[in-house]
Amino acid sequence: MDPITFIFNFGIPLAVLMVAYIVGTLLERRHFASIRSREASIRGFPVMTFDRMPEEWQVRKSELFAGSVVVSLDYFKRIIAGIRGIFGGRIKTYEPLLDRARREAMLRLIEQARAAGFDAVINVRLETSRIANANSGEGTAGIEMLAFGTAVKLESRL
Amino acid sequence: MDLRTPQSIIISNTETIPGKKIVEFYGVVTGNTVRAKHVGRDIMAGLKNIVGGELAGYTELLADSRQEATDRMVQQALSMGANAVVNVRFATSSITQGASELFAYGTAVRVR
Repeated sequence: MDPITFIFNFGIPLAVLMVAYIVGTLLERRHFASIRSREASIRGFPVMTFDRMPEEWQVRKSELFAGSVVVSLDYFKRIIAGIRGIFGGRIKTYEPLLDRARREAMLRLIEQARAAGFDAVINVRLETSRIANANSGEGTAGIEMLAFGTAVKLESRL
Repeated sequence: MDLRTPQSIIISNTETIPGKKIVEFYGVVTGNTVRAKHVGRDIMAGLKNIVGGELAGYTELLADSRQEATDRMVQQALSMGANAVVNVRFATSSITQGASELFAYGTAVRVR
């Protein structure tokens, strides 16, 4: 095999794999840093997964809000997950992906409700759905995380 | 995404509208939309897929579609004379390759 075909067959895919791994890891780290700082800024804002409110709350206004995000795994981690799929067991590469997507969706929901002047979000629900790949029909093009809940504005601030 | 609704209707995923009382039930209202992915967006998403992370084009596409499904549900409720939709639920399913159905449903009611 001459060197040029060798580079085309192995060199380029390997380079893409490395770039995917490095850039993907950096992006993930940055995303987690942003999630943590935004979570710190909304600490104390009441968010709950049930719809019973304290009796002293006098609701003036309510509105449905939703926050969503579509994410995908990088190329390198997808291959790792694929290999893991053969042997079974815990797929560690997917766990942080789902975690950050879910937290991002929740943050979007809460940040919007807060920016619109609401005092709390009640009855929060989280949903996950897979978006099929258009080209091959297999694999995962993306995973959507949806968070929705009812934002309430109270008569008097807590 | 803020689910935009007309001023004359309130929607909520709770069983009642907080602070209000249900005086009349009209039944289940639904709204759906089936959307396929856009070629341009698909190419961009394909590139983004290499490094992973958020696929912003898809996030926007699904948020728009969900808004449309909600709008249809609200239109149906309005045509029944309702002024609120309670217990709203969302469902997503991939129908064929590259197309998804977004579905919104709830109970149309009159509140006071």
